[in-house]
Amino acid sequence: MKSLAELQEIRNRAINQVNLRKDREDGIRVVVGMATCGIAAGARPVLNAFLQEVEKRNLTNVTVTQTGCIGMCRLEPIVEVYVPGQDKVTYVKMTEEKAARVVAEHIINNQPVSDFTIGSESK
Amino acid sequence: MNIYRSHVLVCGGTGCTSSGSKTLQAEFTKQLKEKGLENEVKLVETGCFGLCALGPVVVIYPEGAFYSMVKPEDVAEIVEEHLLKGRIVKRLLYSETVQEDTIKSLNETPFYAKQKRVALRNCGVINPENIDEYIAVDGYQALAKVLTEMKPEEVIQIIKDSGLRGRGGGGFPTGMKWEFAAKSQNDQKYVACNADEGDPGAFMDRSILEGDPHAVIEAMAIAGYAIGANQGYVYIRAEYPIAVERLRVAINQAKEYGLLGKNIFDSGFDFDLDIRLGAGAFVCGEETALISSIEGFRGEPRPRPPFPAVKGLWGKPTLLNNVETYANIAQIINNGAEWFTSMGTEKSKGTKVFALGGKINNTGLVEIPMGTTLREIIEEIGGGIPNGKKFKAAQTGGPSGGCIPAELMDTPIDYDSLIAIGSMMGSGGLIVMDEDNCMVDIAKFFLEFTVDESCGKCTPCRIGTKRLLELLTKITDGKGTMEDIDKLEELCYAIKASSLCGLGQSAPNPVLSTIRYFRHEYEAHVKDKKCPAHVCKALAQYKIDPEKCKGCSLCARQCPVNAISGEIKSPFVIDQDKCIKCGACQAACKFNAIDKE
Repeated sequence: MKSLAELQEIRNRAINQVNLRKDREDGIRVVVGMATCGIAAGARPVLNAFLQEVEKRNLTNVTVTQTGCIGMCRLEPIVEVYVPGQDKVTYVKMTEEKAARVVAEHIINNQPVSDFTIGSESK
Repeated sequence: MNIYRSHVLVCGGTGCTSSGSKTLQAEFTKQLKEKGLENEVKLVETGCFGLCALGPVVVIYPEGAFYSMVKPEDVAEIVEEHLLKGRIVKRLLYSETVQEDTIKSLNETPFYAKQKRVALRNCGVINPENIDEYIAVDGYQALAKVLTEMKPEEVIQIIKDSGLRGRGGGGFPTGMKWEFAAKSQNDQKYVACNADEGDPGAFMDRSILEGDPHAVIEAMAIAGYAIGANQGYVYIRAEYPIAVERLRVAINQAKEYGLLGKNIFDSGFDFDLDIRLGAGAFVCGEETALISSIEGFRGEPRPRPPFPAVKGLWGKPTLLNNVETYANIAQIINNGAEWFTSMGTEKSKGTKVFALGGKINNTGLVEIPMGTTLREIIEEIGGGIPNGKKFKAAQTGGPSGGCIPAELMDTPIDYDSLIAIGSMMGSGGLIVMDEDNCMVDIAKFFLEFTVDESCGKCTPCRIGTKRLLELLTKITDGKGTMEDIDKLEELCYAIKASSLCGLGQSAPNPVLSTIRYFRHEYEAHVKDKKCPAHVCKALAQYKIDPEKCKGCSLCARQCPVNAISGEIKSPFVIDQDKCIKCGACQAACKFNAIDKE
């Protein structure tokens, strides 16, 4: 080890390995429905898409997690985004491409993607 | 690099390992593979979480679900339900975290809420065998800062300003110790770490080395820079195989990364670290005996001064600190002295780790800010006394410490308050006793320990502790006199005043503090020939309650010395002269008719 830069490099490389383990109260939570219905409708690629986007953009305040069946199996894959201090937003019939847009528009720019929300579905 | 969506942390501390966490890990590996999750879910072995009573412990992130007492057969359900379908298996959660419809964060449970984890910061969070994870949580930043930005005097000043005191028990200001060692002029100096944790019931040093070994390595390198030493030794007992192994792995990784060795951070500073194994003699926790042992001689103390900071290992100035002391150093450098002084009391800054043991619900490891009261530790963090029994006393400081009675439960825990009430901080063992413990018997237990562990070099300790034990045995056998209690006290003061090292000087503490707070129990043994807690065998009497006895003769058939006689279907009687008080009759009786008094 010859320089601080080297140490910093290892730190940056390793930080995502442990970041998941922090108890965060303030961060944004992305919850993917991963019950049988969700998985069958393709929730797993959606979950992975979220993880990759978060990783790619180095978002340290976002937790991607999973939950069980919400009850609206016909609308799966369902993803809920919780931003502290705001109402939760529920996205339905998600895909990998949609996931990328949600990260870019909602999580980063705080503009929920109204095209994908559950409200747009019932119209 | 692969991104994992979930981390499964399995505790690999000694407590959980002995309750089967290795089998759990194997089972997780198998199940994850079967379900095709091995690239999504990462399995991590960590150090101790502290809640050893409920081991083996498994924590799953990002949810932070804390599973306790997990069995291998539960693994399939956790993988299937939690990891595959995202449904937390409530049945297996640590019960304190379960609420009606949601789960509480671990930090909100009574066990963790009052804790402040500084020395244990990374235990149960990182994989101790992976240096990258330590670096990710700011590891080696302090060493980098010290070597590239600070002068040795500045490092010592920060440690002095922080008010950190030795966590091995003595409570000597760490910064001053560093300053003494730095000021000793010599061509060769050493840094040593005391990991010879010997108090019965104490295991905080072991847990730190098992859970976060790099924290100790980093701190020792910082200390080396501060005092001008380029070689360090960790003296650790061979009875800690997991800790030794993890430390060895950690040292090798640090060497590979160039964080130990020549010219660290291109600063021209060299530092190397080696392990020395101890054979587990209690006296080797005393600094001069520890130094003799590292040198390869019999572990015996020598008079001080000269102190090790002047004349230590091989006659060279040596800085010796305890594991937990070192575990605080890097964080003080990173966060500043003020951050550290914001915790604790006026004269005792920071936090202290305690190993909770004995009659308490949450047996395990806790770290609290100095000044927390004993009541908070026992009733809130420790979860109180099992089976609805009453708290009688807490023993701190192991064989060198004393007992704190119930009426002093609101004493804040810090170095000076504990000394004032006749106990001491010690390395941090905290043994809780309830109404079923006899205080004379407790004193006897600790004296048996010191008699065994006395190295024999000085007379007061070698012979004095033996005589103390004889007097205590006489009392518990019911043959003591009131003069014996006075004689005990007199002898205690003589041993304290004249012993060579800390072992002898503190060995009488358990006797003195129990006489001070529980004199009535000593007197009951002497005057009434009774042991109020019914512990001392010689003073116990088994009696058959004629009201309850159905005359079944089961007890008489169990009695190994034929002390019980009677006729079938009428009450039996125990012949007290023959009875050897083995308790077999009481265990055999189906009607609870036999009482021990």
